[in-house]
Amino acid sequence: MNGESQVVTNNGAIQKKIKPMTWQSDLKRNIVGYAFISPWLIGFIGYILGPMIASLYLSFTDYDLLSSPTWIGAENYINLFTNDERFWTALKVTFVFVFISVPLKLAFALFVAMLFNKDYRGVGVYRTIYYVPSIIGGSVAVAVMWRELFGMNGPVNALLKLFGIQSSNWVANPDTALSTLILLVIWQFGSPMLIFLAGLKQIPKELYEAAAVDGANKVHQFFKITIPMLTPIIFFNLVMQMINGFMTFTQSFLVTQGGPMDRTLFYAVYLYEKAFAHFQMGYASAMAWILLIIVATFTAIIFKSSSSWVYYESEGGK
Amino acid sequence: MNPTIRKFSFHLFVAGFALIMIYPIVWTIVSSVKPESEIFRKATSLIPSEILFENYASGWAGFGSFSFGLFFKNSAFVTSMVVIGALISSSLVAFGFARLQFRYKKLMFACLLATIMLPMQVTLIPQYILFDKLGWINTFYPLIVPAFLGGIPFFIFLMIQFIRGIPRELDEAAVIDGCSTFGIFWRIILPLCTPALVTVAIFGFMWTWDDFLTPLIYLNDTELYTVALGLKMFADPSSVTAWGPMFAMSVLSLLPQFIVFLIFQKYLVEGISTTGLKG
Repeated sequence: MNGESQVVTNNGAIQKKIKPMTWQSDLKRNIVGYAFISPWLIGFIGYILGPMIASLYLSFTDYDLLSSPTWIGAENYINLFTNDERFWTALKVTFVFVFISVPLKLAFALFVAMLFNKDYRGVGVYRTIYYVPSIIGGSVAVAVMWRELFGMNGPVNALLKLFGIQSSNWVANPDTALSTLILLVIWQFGSPMLIFLAGLKQIPKELYEAAAVDGANKVHQFFKITIPMLTPIIFFNLVMQMINGFMTFTQSFLVTQGGPMDRTLFYAVYLYEKAFAHFQMGYASAMAWILLIIVATFTAIIFKSSSSWVYYESEGGK
Repeated sequence: MNPTIRKFSFHLFVAGFALIMIYPIVWTIVSSVKPESEIFRKATSLIPSEILFENYASGWAGFGSFSFGLFFKNSAFVTSMVVIGALISSSLVAFGFARLQFRYKKLMFACLLATIMLPMQVTLIPQYILFDKLGWINTFYPLIVPAFLGGIPFFIFLMIQFIRGIPRELDEAAVIDGCSTFGIFWRIILPLCTPALVTVAIFGFMWTWDDFLTPLIYLNDTELYTVALGLKMFADPSSVTAWGPMFAMSVLSLLPQFIVFLIFQKYLVEGISTTGLKG
């Protein structure tokens, strides 16, 4: 009220009056804004950004938690690449795991999602059943279950015996251990399935009708309509599953303990071993940064390539 | 193909495959009530000669002075604290990002998005060192405190998206009525966010309950073990002898997640379908 009456009487005075007021309200606005985001901001600086910088520094040191870190330059990285056979094994195992399990899991998820994209009765119940394995994700119970299921005396072997197939311990056999773990993560295809299903329901029915009128069969429709319309979702699933794949830990740690003969030595398992069994914190930090660079590179490749294969309706489809 | 045959073959195929999908879980449940001698001798059989609940009793008793009840109590405590922390921090922070104006907001938001995809291994070691310096190793703090500090950025993102969908006219009306910023958050926005809060609570529960790596790193005393660690100790391949109780405790450890899934299935499915939250 006071301010308004001054507008009428003295132009020069309001300028002076309002400026400190807006400055004050600006400050207040910033304080209120930062107050609200402060829990995250404190966490981000103290729990993410700080640790990341610390981890980068530690990767150039020799540190065992007891004595203070000693700077050794790039020695950790040099040792990893030239002097550590298990590091290469871990890389190889993880790449094989990611490049086999992720495409299979997504293909399977898409296949099931297409099956469920119907109005038949009971589809809801089926969807629930197919999703059940995914709820329990990376829990210890699932790992125990898998170990016994594919163990020497487990039901998988008992079943194969009925067909006269020579049985082996799937988990302890170096040739089959990794496949057993790949099967485990494919079995948990529920989340990408639900995301695909939501995407399929968004595709306008008219597209299929028009294509059918033009004489396109189901296969054509799948490759010319379904897949292109789903590319944004395939893209999303691909990025998420790939990142998760590179970080997979529990399955290998509990089902096979990284063995037999390092055949399932996932990168995350080896990193854990270096950091928390051998307490080579500097060495493990270097491993963590290499992992970050690998994941970032693949994410960047997928993002870069996306412009040539991901179809966005709003852009008129390039 | 005629529609009836088509429908029939669909059901035949999908139901048959559903059996394969849940066979491992059913097998585990059945094994948990089988007499010890039958578990592997008649491995494929899903019908036990008699149903025994002894496995549950002896499994629950645990080992030494540590019963599984203790592990459940620890898990329940950690999980509920994480859920509370996630609800408080994600709603406050999301309101800030969705409704308030402040300097460097865009930069802050970019940082938030970047952390969603950050592999946890990168911060794992320095975080461990940090908690070690704080004297928090072998306590529940490293498991709980991050949740209060917006430790799961996906939840903040989910809440931001939800709050953006609430009409701004409601805020403006409240301002005219003399409502403070916190009042708008508390009395207007928060009650309207219930569905998003439920989604955050469910996923927070699901992820924390079966988390294995964090407790493995931070908890050393058996006394503090969560269900995941207790079960791991129980099922150690070098020492396991009691298969029946091991399966019984495996089933029991999954039970809370199944119950939550059955009750809140709608929220879970929607949460995953619309935001891509990993289940």
